[in-house]
Amino acid sequence: MDKHSLVVIGGGPAGMAAAIAAKKDGIDDIVIYERDAQLGGILNQCIHNGFGLHTFKEELTGPEYAERFSKQVISLGIKYETGSMVLSISRDKEITVVSRENGLRTVQADAVVLAMGCRERPRGALNIPGTRPQGIYTAGTAQKLVNCEGWVPGREIVILGSGDIGLIMARRMTLEGVRVKLVAELMPYSGGLKRNIVQCLDDYGIPLRLSHTVIDVKGKRKLEGVTIAEVDSGGKPIQGTEEYYPCDTLLLSCGLIPENELTLGAGVTINSVTNGPFVDDTLQTDVPGIFACGNVLHVHDLVDFVSEESGRAGHNAADYIKNNGCKANSAKIVTVCVGNGVRYTVPSTIDVGNASENIHLRFRVRGVYKGSAIVVRSGEHELLRKKKKIMVPSEMEDVIIKPGLLEDVSEISVAIEEGTV
Amino acid sequence: MKKRTYDAVVIGAGVIGCAAARELSRYELNVAVLEKESDVCEGTSKANSAIIHAGFDAMPGTMKARFNVEGNRLMDSVSKELDIPFRRNGAMVVCMQESDMPQLQKLYDRGIANGVEGLSILSGDKAREMEPSLAKDVYAVLYAPSSGIVCPFEMTIAYAENACENGVDFSFLTEVTSISHCDDGFVINTTNGEYCAKIVVNCAGVYADKVHAMQGTPDFSIRARKGEYMLLDKSAGSLVSSTIFQAPTKMGKGVLVSPTVHGNLIVGPTAEDIDDKEDVSTTQGGLSTVRTVSANSVSDIPYGKVITSFSGLRATADTGDFIIGDHSGFIDAAGIESPGLSSAPAIALYIAQLVCSRLSPRKKDNFKAQRRGIPKLAQLDKEERAKLIEERPDYGQIVCRCEQISEGEIIDSIRRPLGATTLDGVKRRVRAGMGRCQAGFCSPRVIELLARELNIQPWEVKKNG
Repeated sequence: MDKHSLVVIGGGPAGMAAAIAAKKDGIDDIVIYERDAQLGGILNQCIHNGFGLHTFKEELTGPEYAERFSKQVISLGIKYETGSMVLSISRDKEITVVSRENGLRTVQADAVVLAMGCRERPRGALNIPGTRPQGIYTAGTAQKLVNCEGWVPGREIVILGSGDIGLIMARRMTLEGVRVKLVAELMPYSGGLKRNIVQCLDDYGIPLRLSHTVIDVKGKRKLEGVTIAEVDSGGKPIQGTEEYYPCDTLLLSCGLIPENELTLGAGVTINSVTNGPFVDDTLQTDVPGIFACGNVLHVHDLVDFVSEESGRAGHNAADYIKNNGCKANSAKIVTVCVGNGVRYTVPSTIDVGNASENIHLRFRVRGVYKGSAIVVRSGEHELLRKKKKIMVPSEMEDVIIKPGLLEDVSEISVAIEEGTV
Repeated sequence: MKKRTYDAVVIGAGVIGCAAARELSRYELNVAVLEKESDVCEGTSKANSAIIHAGFDAMPGTMKARFNVEGNRLMDSVSKELDIPFRRNGAMVVCMQESDMPQLQKLYDRGIANGVEGLSILSGDKAREMEPSLAKDVYAVLYAPSSGIVCPFEMTIAYAENACENGVDFSFLTEVTSISHCDDGFVINTTNGEYCAKIVVNCAGVYADKVHAMQGTPDFSIRARKGEYMLLDKSAGSLVSSTIFQAPTKMGKGVLVSPTVHGNLIVGPTAEDIDDKEDVSTTQGGLSTVRTVSANSVSDIPYGKVITSFSGLRATADTGDFIIGDHSGFIDAAGIESPGLSSAPAIALYIAQLVCSRLSPRKKDNFKAQRRGIPKLAQLDKEERAKLIEERPDYGQIVCRCEQISEGEIIDSIRRPLGATTLDGVKRRVRAGMGRCQAGFCSPRVIELLARELNIQPWEVKKNG
């Protein structure tokens, strides 16, 4: 059986950043398994700009951003195998991988970085009633068809969900001469970034209808139209608000789900809120030596944060390998609890005994909060307060905690204090 | 327009039509199957509970009882010959209170009268030992170990492929418009030319009444009874190991909860008589009924894991039973609602008998009973899988990540006899796109493969039809 110090699963932005960091930390024997034909992951189909503002202080397209990393992978001599699909990972980090070139193999890793990304929530999972005709795509699938395959599905479209890919596709399809009739969003707020609403909808006069959803799909073989209705605060359609929109295409941008089937197979515990694994501040899961980063851990808003987080995962995986899987200090674990308005935090535990650097705590909020503050407490004792003009569920929030603050603490909570600013 | 002459023409390429064609292909007969859609398994056969029922539900003496029990017995050999997945996972009918016990006893007695083997009545506690997710207030169950699960697509496709291999002609996009009698039997007019046959076998599903009436008096009518279902991710597939039924009513066997033979969880169906025989839409009301009613028998079904919902139409005859019989060479297999899938192997044999008693054909010397399906790479052990990939490297290129379906399997599904021509056709043959992302990732690649193999443009590739 082949052995590798580090196996990185996924050659998108997360996997590449993790591998590069580990290599720079002195780990030589690394392999990246990428199921697609090239490195870059979903960035390859994101031909719009807006990537890299944090990392490179430039506005890059997705493929350009990916290339900055793939060039490093190549120049550092990191081994990567494309067209290679990992079929399973065991708790002992035995990995089964299959490809056209190399057939079916099992390899043993000292450490594993999970970087498989996420998938889009399909129509079936949304329980939209109606028929099941041709012409219903997730926004990402349509993006792949238009940007990579070079053909445009449909002439008249409705988009359900205002996730970022949906907003980007509203603009993209408009530029291809397609009529985008409207974007309907179930929630009373958008699922995408403010800048995408402005640049992709407002600039093109595409209406965004908040608190609206698709309640019926018509057409036997091909999509003929959809019925949109307003929903009440409980998400139930309001009678009498139904409007029929003839269209040949319905795009869905209704949320992303981390792809953790391999993770589950390895015996890693999954957080039911993020659908990603529970990790500590080193981004290590509850199976020693298995780390996670990027959208497989929790869905990010900006790729820049994916790269930053994944670099830390790669760095910590390198430490793990160098220490032969043993921790230097006896661990003292601080649990991170979610308080008012906070859906989850990554990490969910902090190994204070080992933490030497500042701890990045990332999370998403439950609703729209204006003039509020993020407050970190230990019991009644306030450790940290960060004021925010506005917080929305579509954007990731973070606080940075100095390890010194956590001495003599066993549990901290992160909460939103509303309207205190 | 072309004119073709056959010994027997089968109308409808659902499971009954395909199974009948396969049984007829054992004999020295020219047989054709006419199908209005572009593929086999496009109607009732593609959207049902996928259960091989034990046979305790139908009234003794009915055709439903006879063919169900016979069909169930045949499934072991049929599944081996056709190389299709089939598993006897057992079934439970739940009884919620002591006062309903006579009803359960009645079902038991009926099962015994129908010849169902292995039936027993178990206490709620005993049943929960076997099925921990059974609702707490289940008082007792009727347990039927011979009940099984099957893939209805594969079963229909396998019957069709085997029939095709043994010389049966299939004509798709061929809708029968009229039938007239002639000296030699029947003239069948279709949207795709004229066919002549000594014998016509009517397996037209929800339209069997219409097809019957084309050549004689309208003796019966078929109503479409819609059933809505939800299908859950494989991570929910082991919630129950047997098929859990509620007490049957005159509308059917009620909402069941069952693992599928591929490891998903299926919940449904509803039962609603409708007028439009093409209406396979799901409804808000139907799906919420599935949710509420299923909770009576099984607790904590994780509905957050639904990957798709769909509905199918049962071909319900006004006679209450299957209508299978020979009227001067026009053979009906009509009103084949549940337990139709379970009965298919037995109905097919019976139809072959009826045809043989008229035409007395010789048995073929070279009939090939054994079909070899497309290898299911994901289910093979590592050595076997590695060996196959060595022989065919495209079996190592995964296209559908959720179901781990390779490029090789997809190409096989297109190149085989009666191969796939649409995304749905590929999906039903090899499950690419059947998983939790519902073809989000693989459809661009499957479209590319279909376009290449069929020599068409990618935008011309259809989802169905």
